[in-house]
Amino acid sequence: MNQFAASMQEHREELVRLDTAIGDGDHGTNMDRGMRKALEQLGTQPQADVGGVLKTVAMALVSSVGGAAGPLYGTLFLQMGTALTGKAEVDLEEYAAAWRKGVQGVEARGKAEPGDKTMVDALLPAVEALEGAADLDSALQGAVSAAEQGMRDTIPLVARKGRASYLGDRSRDHQDPGATSSYYLFQTAAEALAG
Amino acid sequence: MKKLINAPDDVVLDALQGVQAAYPDRVRVNYEPRYVVRADAPVSGKVGLVSGGGSGHEPMHGGFVGPGMLDAACPGEVFTSPTPDQMQAATQAVSGGAGVLHIVKNYTGDVMNFDMAADLTRADGVEVESVVTNDDVAVEDSLYTAGRRGVGITVILEKICGGAAEDRRSLQEVAELGRRVNANGRSMGMALTPCITPGSGQPSFELADDEVEIGIGIHGEPGRFREKIGPASQIAERLLTPIVEDLPFSSGDRVLAFVNGMGGTPEIELYVLYNEVGKLLHERGVQIERNLIGSYITSLEMQGCSITLLKLDEEMTRYWDAPVNTPGLRWGV
Repeated sequence: MNQFAASMQEHREELVRLDTAIGDGDHGTNMDRGMRKALEQLGTQPQADVGGVLKTVAMALVSSVGGAAGPLYGTLFLQMGTALTGKAEVDLEEYAAAWRKGVQGVEARGKAEPGDKTMVDALLPAVEALEGAADLDSALQGAVSAAEQGMRDTIPLVARKGRASYLGDRSRDHQDPGATSSYYLFQTAAEALAG
Repeated sequence: MKKLINAPDDVVLDALQGVQAAYPDRVRVNYEPRYVVRADAPVSGKVGLVSGGGSGHEPMHGGFVGPGMLDAACPGEVFTSPTPDQMQAATQAVSGGAGVLHIVKNYTGDVMNFDMAADLTRADGVEVESVVTNDDVAVEDSLYTAGRRGVGITVILEKICGGAAEDRRSLQEVAELGRRVNANGRSMGMALTPCITPGSGQPSFELADDEVEIGIGIHGEPGRFREKIGPASQIAERLLTPIVEDLPFSSGDRVLAFVNGMGGTPEIELYVLYNEVGKLLHERGVQIERNLIGSYITSLEMQGCSITLLKLDEEMTRYWDAPVNTPGLRWGV
């Protein structure tokens, strides 16, 4: 979570730039604010288990990010946290299953399908990579690569959900900011868990 | 960028403190989480009406809190949806035992945040219904987009549902009336100039000096097309034709005509436009039964306007005429 927060701070301007092209330009600012609030909450309410950490982050994001990213990332972490309640350690199978639950939550909340040019386009291939992997290292690396590919694959797509969808064909040739922040989430998770 | 603010990050908080200072006897402002609520809330036995959305559209929604209209409004940051914790707390604060109606404009963030709030509030044991407004005909291909945006009809719906709730109609009845208002209302807007959010300091889009954007959204979302500016009669026709043809409004219909300023438009220009709207509707045999003219759903300092038409029925007209006492709309009291 520390690394994801740092990543959101580091990539804040990039996400703002991507969002300005096809959205309302606040994704980087909002995610940075939300993750700083999440770390603050974790600092004042230390959690013993993985589920508790994720749920604390979820509620912090829900109450501080706003826009669409707040409920979407909030739902992602809330569903993952519910799947991992009481766990101090998590094996690969549980880890992949929690991501699957989380992404299902995002799909239900946002009513987005693959190819709609949303964060689902980065999340879903990454979860599939986790589920198909033989060991932790290849799972983490596979998920990062799949998320990155999914993120890049949003460039030619026409947005069908969110504010970018109002642009129609003009949303083509832009990388989706939500898919980009989701890629950074997998990237930082891989760094944290491999280290 | 020149603005009457202290600091970009403090705009919403400073404005809320101003609202509290201006109307201490009528509304109460809660700061953590943020919402504006009727001073006498909860009103026992009355359906509570809660709306909300990004700030920057004032007087909507906070200016419509009071008897005969909203019970509470949740302000987000400028052009950013408020969050579920605000909506949950506001819903609890106005729950008088008859259930609570959420009035939500159709934007991805607003819909998702209100959805999540409704889930959380139902878990608390409060009955919640939602009405989503989506009256902006500028969005043509709504099947493959997030759908039509909620704009001018939201103001009218909040007033009409407010009248019905004050009349102690049930949650189901108020929600159905709200859906009927939305289904019979259509809007379209245009811009002469962009707006500048305090946070970014940059214009939301670029427009040449002699250009207008037809079909603009209230956050500066792109419209249907741009063209060289023409006379008000031409602008009225550009906005009214798609509205009239979409529902459609036909000869013999009686309507409420709402000519709205985007924030930076002088009132004199709104009356010029209203005159043109009246002429065009008269040609089509559509009768203006009620009207509203002024800046009620704005986009910061954007110059421009929007037109909303609502096909009235007897019940809608009665609740439109009912007394209302809010900072933004006031009559019959």
